[in-house]
Amino acid sequence: MIDRPIQSPEILMNNTDIERVLLRMSHEILEQKDHLNDLAFVGIKTRGEYLAHRFVSLVKGMGVRADFGTLDITLYRDDFDTLGDLTVGETDLLFDVAGKRIILVDDVLHSGRTIRAALDQIIDFGRPAKIELACLVDRGGRELPITANYVGQTYQISSDEYIQVRLSEVDGEDQVIGFSKDHRGAKGHKYFSHSRKDLNN
Amino acid sequence: MNQVQFKQKHLLGLAELSKEEIELILSTAVPMKQIFTRSVKKVPVLRGKTVVNLFYEPSTRTRTSFEIAAKRLSADVINVTPSTSSISKGESLVDTAKTLEAMNSDIIVVRHKASGAPHFLARRASSPIINGGDGFHEHPSQALLDLFTIKEKKGDIKDLKIAIVGDILHSRVSRSDIIGIHKLGGEVRVVGPPTLIPKDIEKLGCSVYHRLEDALEGIDVIYCLRIQTERQTHKLFPSVTEYTRLYAINEARLKLAKKDAIVMHPGPMNRGIELSADVAYSDRSTITEQVTNGIAIRMAIFFLLLGGGRSVQEITD
Repeated sequence: MIDRPIQSPEILMNNTDIERVLLRMSHEILEQKDHLNDLAFVGIKTRGEYLAHRFVSLVKGMGVRADFGTLDITLYRDDFDTLGDLTVGETDLLFDVAGKRIILVDDVLHSGRTIRAALDQIIDFGRPAKIELACLVDRGGRELPITANYVGQTYQISSDEYIQVRLSEVDGEDQVIGFSKDHRGAKGHKYFSHSRKDLNN
Repeated sequence: MNQVQFKQKHLLGLAELSKEEIELILSTAVPMKQIFTRSVKKVPVLRGKTVVNLFYEPSTRTRTSFEIAAKRLSADVINVTPSTSSISKGESLVDTAKTLEAMNSDIIVVRHKASGAPHFLARRASSPIINGGDGFHEHPSQALLDLFTIKEKKGDIKDLKIAIVGDILHSRVSRSDIIGIHKLGGEVRVVGPPTLIPKDIEKLGCSVYHRLEDALEGIDVIYCLRIQTERQTHKLFPSVTEYTRLYAINEARLKLAKKDAIVMHPGPMNRGIELSADVAYSDRSTITEQVTNGIAIRMAIFFLLLGGGRSVQEITD
């Protein structure tokens, strides 16, 4: 756990770190033996989708079959009035969620509002046996009473610092990068070339 | 990532929209349609918003479709119809809209027999206005759902050949469809008796045919329009029987179009007049799907007009 100011930009995890952490989290998920026959990983778009997909492959390697789904939470946000420029993506929950043990997957856990929206959305599809939360990074700063069951790495950083997860599927490489407040909004910086939706964890 | 922003305050017609904005509405309707298959067919995004349907002309399917669309986004809906409101006491369009706004409505869908009524209202009202059909001018939500249906069936509208058959003169649907199809790169042929084809329709970029058989060769989409007897002040064709003999789409005529051509109709259909029953209920017909798609398209319109596409604030994560 990092509990100090971030040197910006600072590479907090490289591809080997991420690989190890995801493997460890997969083991932790399978250690909880309940509903192993009804396991499903549901990723929150954009980066959670790719992480969920990796979890499905990892647990498959350990002999457990799991369903896979994705959520786009745009229509469940609580800040629709104040945010603009939202595009609605597709939600794919093609399996029946009723009775499943769903592992909700996101890249960075921050305010918890995204998770609240995702929980509401899953429940609109049916009644799962249980929902758990797996996040690659927990950066603190919760605004709702939400906590993750499985965490890759915890960083206690201040609210004006920023953590970005980059994944090879979309960004060409696996990295977790921290930025200090001086870097926030640094226009033209290569790490800020994403759309604003991606920055909204 | 889709970088297009929806900058429109109102939805008045297809003429006002860019190709990119039309495509954004169509792509936003895809996830909206997915909501229909879920156990809870409702999302909370427009919770607390109020949609007013202000319909000065009779309508079942358009009004109901807007109403269902709003409700599936969790908005509240108020239907105002002439016979039950102060409109019958002589209140003007603008005053009615102002009154509804004073009751904190967030968006108004208006249908009016006068062409341009929604545009007139848009200049005076503060809330976003959706044109639910104005006179002989435009019917944008219908055209968008038609484009969505064509895209769903054919993949892309670019280079498709589309024949619009029947009463072009009285049809706001055809005007919006022609504009939209052209913006997306399709080709339009209009077909009908000379009395039902407006003068100068070529200026919209379509070719005119009076013989149905000539128009159908190589066609991907046949779009039948309703014969609008209620709008005809004097007879524009000798008889319905004659119209049906010359212009109805039946099995034999469908064979003249491409093998995979689809048949569309905006409804309500005069079965046996514009379309024979066997075609209307065949798997080539998209009539019921158009109704389903209409809800998804109207959800996308509400979403984009009520904030989903507004200008951006500074990022706060």
